[in-house]
Amino acid sequence: MGMDVAFWILAVICVGAALAVVFLRDIFRVALFMILCFFAVAGIYITLSADFLAAAQVLIYVGAIGVLLMFAIMLTKESKRGSLTGKLRPLSMLVAILFMVTMILVVISTDWNVAAEVSKEPTTARIAHSIFGRDGFVLAFEIASALLVAAAIGAIVLVRERDK
Amino acid sequence: MFAAYTTIGAIAGSLILSIWAVISVNGTADHMLTNVSYQWLSIGDTTIYIGVMMDSLASIMVVTVSTISLLVQIYSIGYMKGDGGFIRYFAFMSLFTGSMLGLVMANNLLFMFLFWEGVGLCSYLLIGFWFHKPSAARAAMKAFMVTRLGDFGFLVAVILLYVKTGTFNISELHQLALAGVLSGSTLTWAAIGVFSGAIGKSGQFPLHTWLPDAMEGPTPVSALIHAATMVTAGVFLVARMFPVFASSETAITVVAAIGGFTAIFAASMGLVATDVKRVLAYSTISQLGYMMLGLGAVGMGYATGHLDEHHALGLGVAVGVFHLFTHAFFKALLFLGSGSASHATGTFDMRKMGGLRKVQPWTYATFVIGSLSLAGIWPLAGFYSKEGILHEAFEFAPVLFVLAMITVFMTAFYMFRAVFMTFHGEYRGGDESGHSHLHESPKVMIIPLVVLAAFAVFAGWLPVGNFLGSHHDYSFFSHLFSGLFVDPSWMAWVSIMLGVSGIGLAYAIYGKKVLSAQAIGRKMGPLHKLLVRKYFFDEMYEKYFLMRFLINGVFAVTQWVDTHIVDGAVNGVATVSLAGGKIMRRLETGQLQVYGLAIFIGVLVIIACLFIFS
Amino acid sequence: MSVGLEHFLILSAVLFAIGLYGALAKKNAVVILMCIEIMLNAVNIAMVAFAHYVDVISGQVFTIFIMVVAAAEVAVGLALIISIFRRKKTLDAEKFDILKW
Repeated sequence: MGMDVAFWILAVICVGAALAVVFLRDIFRVALFMILCFFAVAGIYITLSADFLAAAQVLIYVGAIGVLLMFAIMLTKESKRGSLTGKLRPLSMLVAILFMVTMILVVISTDWNVAAEVSKEPTTARIAHSIFGRDGFVLAFEIASALLVAAAIGAIVLVRERDK
Repeated sequence: MFAAYTTIGAIAGSLILSIWAVISVNGTADHMLTNVSYQWLSIGDTTIYIGVMMDSLASIMVVTVSTISLLVQIYSIGYMKGDGGFIRYFAFMSLFTGSMLGLVMANNLLFMFLFWEGVGLCSYLLIGFWFHKPSAARAAMKAFMVTRLGDFGFLVAVILLYVKTGTFNISELHQLALAGVLSGSTLTWAAIGVFSGAIGKSGQFPLHTWLPDAMEGPTPVSALIHAATMVTAGVFLVARMFPVFASSETAITVVAAIGGFTAIFAASMGLVATDVKRVLAYSTISQLGYMMLGLGAVGMGYATGHLDEHHALGLGVAVGVFHLFTHAFFKALLFLGSGSASHATGTFDMRKMGGLRKVQPWTYATFVIGSLSLAGIWPLAGFYSKEGILHEAFEFAPVLFVLAMITVFMTAFYMFRAVFMTFHGEYRGGDESGHSHLHESPKVMIIPLVVLAAFAVFAGWLPVGNFLGSHHDYSFFSHLFSGLFVDPSWMAWVSIMLGVSGIGLAYAIYGKKVLSAQAIGRKMGPLHKLLVRKYFFDEMYEKYFLMRFLINGVFAVTQWVDTHIVDGAVNGVATVSLAGGKIMRRLETGQLQVYGLAIFIGVLVIIACLFIFS
Repeated sequence: MSVGLEHFLILSAVLFAIGLYGALAKKNAVVILMCIEIMLNAVNIAMVAFAHYVDVISGQVFTIFIMVVAAAEVAVGLALIISIFRRKKTLDAEKFDILKW
């Protein structure tokens, strides 16, 4: 019961923040609402008993990506301030709504194979076992780390000031 | 000059060949020397032939055309001397003579139509020879347009005949008509269509309006084309298709009626014309009406059963074409003579001429001979040929006979009115050209006049009628005196008397000036105006028919269709393509968001298809 | 009504659609990037929901990897945006049309 209430509150916050991101004009407000959205998503993870992920979400998204976006906003100030919408607004709104409706219909009409018993143990160990254990996703993990290194180096290279 | 000599040499050659043709045809049994066809085109099941028919009719025509053309070209060396378009003139004249010869020798209607158009074209080119004169250009257009109306009927008739009988060949059409295979309304409509072509070319009512205006062209052109040859193409056509015409009572009656009516109608307008060439033009129209009347009358006799085939077909052709033959000579003579008179005075307006007989004796003498021949005075050529027509008209179309007789009087009157106004009395042209300019024309112009005058005298004595098939008993003297003393008929005497009285009346008014022309004109005021204004035909055609009906009505509609529907369709294709392009352009903006949008729309479409087709 | 799998999935769909609209309609490049992040988060929610309700832990493992990639992507994306901004002095996505030919 409590979880249901929590879910509803968090869902409303999340959707509301996302809408604010999309419809507000002032970029700073937009960035802040996005961070709020991230927080809400972290809350939703907790309602789904994904404790490790909730922590990871806050660390990575709010901590890293959110701050990064703030910096980017600060560095790229243009004269025509604000987040405006372009010419594709009506069409993309239509497409987005259609997409949403389609997905919802799919979700509703599918007979999900839901497990009866939901385990409530902490997930960290389970995740660790899943990645590093026997028949785990070790390769993916290694590649992901290589990707991160490449991304970091690439970002630095791209932004470097070119000396003549 | 080289152009002139080439032309004359070529036509002289034609003349020699045509005389040979006549002699050869005369030697053959049924007066058909040759009737051959060669395959020209083959389109699917249809074959189109080129063919030549050389029978008595064709050979007489080629002789006439060649002779008159030759004499006119010789005359033209003098008349067109110094004209900037000298070479162009002879080129067109040669083209015309060639087309005319082709026309009379063709043995199928399609091939003949080709030359028919050819002579029409040359007529247009030569009427508008001095094209910088707006009146000449207009006259040429008018001639072409009016004859076009007739040509349209002709073409429709030719196609109709082909569709119904499967052949263009004239001999075959004759046989089909006589055998009754081709009959009824098809035959009548086809014949009337063919006749409409003849009406256009021969300037019969109601397509007569172009001929008087065609006098804008050089005088030798008028002599050759609009007196002796092209306008006779219409008569020739009726003669050539005579069995077809005669087999339909309606059609042949139409021919006779229009012919007879035109004869008197045109003569009435000739009574008041002041331009000598216009008088001659109306005279030509009138005489062509006579020829049609002759053909028509005999045809009516056949159609109503009074004559049998053996007699009728040859007789009709003989009667009509004999007059064509004699008329060609004296009308060409009269035109060339008027050209000679204008050569001296610089004008064709008879009111500004007069007293020329003292200065131009040769011109005067030949002109008078031509006029007497035209008036039908014995023993000149016109008498014999006119007699033939009057005789047949009396027998088979009495009403038209009366009209024709009245026309005899009018013909003589207006012709000698022209003679007296032009050659007698005192010169009224003022001192513009000065008396020193009034001289006789050069020999190169006089000699053709003399030759034609000789023909105008004795052409009637030739057994042309018999040659064409009239089966008359011919010995030279009996023929010479026929009608008057041998087989006397009251018609011959009456026509001569009418002619003489016409001359006398003209003498009284214009020669001795006993009666006043003006007084008569005033007394018959409204009638006079009617005649002078040519029965208001020109106005009627131009204002009402042309402007209201055609231009504002029919043409406006077709123009609307063309602009909006036809052009609209073409432009519409282009507009659609452009619009399509504009729409497609939206996808190629280079903006990633557009591409992303397109991708998602594609995803939705795929999902939709999955739902629909699963 | 107790919250089931469908609710989370519907939430995920809604978030995704909002993010999609923003990604396609916005002109500011940084905002587009933010909306892409929203989309990724929506997917993450779906993943974790599946992990919870179907009791498969690999849902969460996938989520971790998605987060990793998202972080890398944001870093590189922002670097790109900044260097474009330095060149063109504008962040208007409609002006980035060199892909035309």
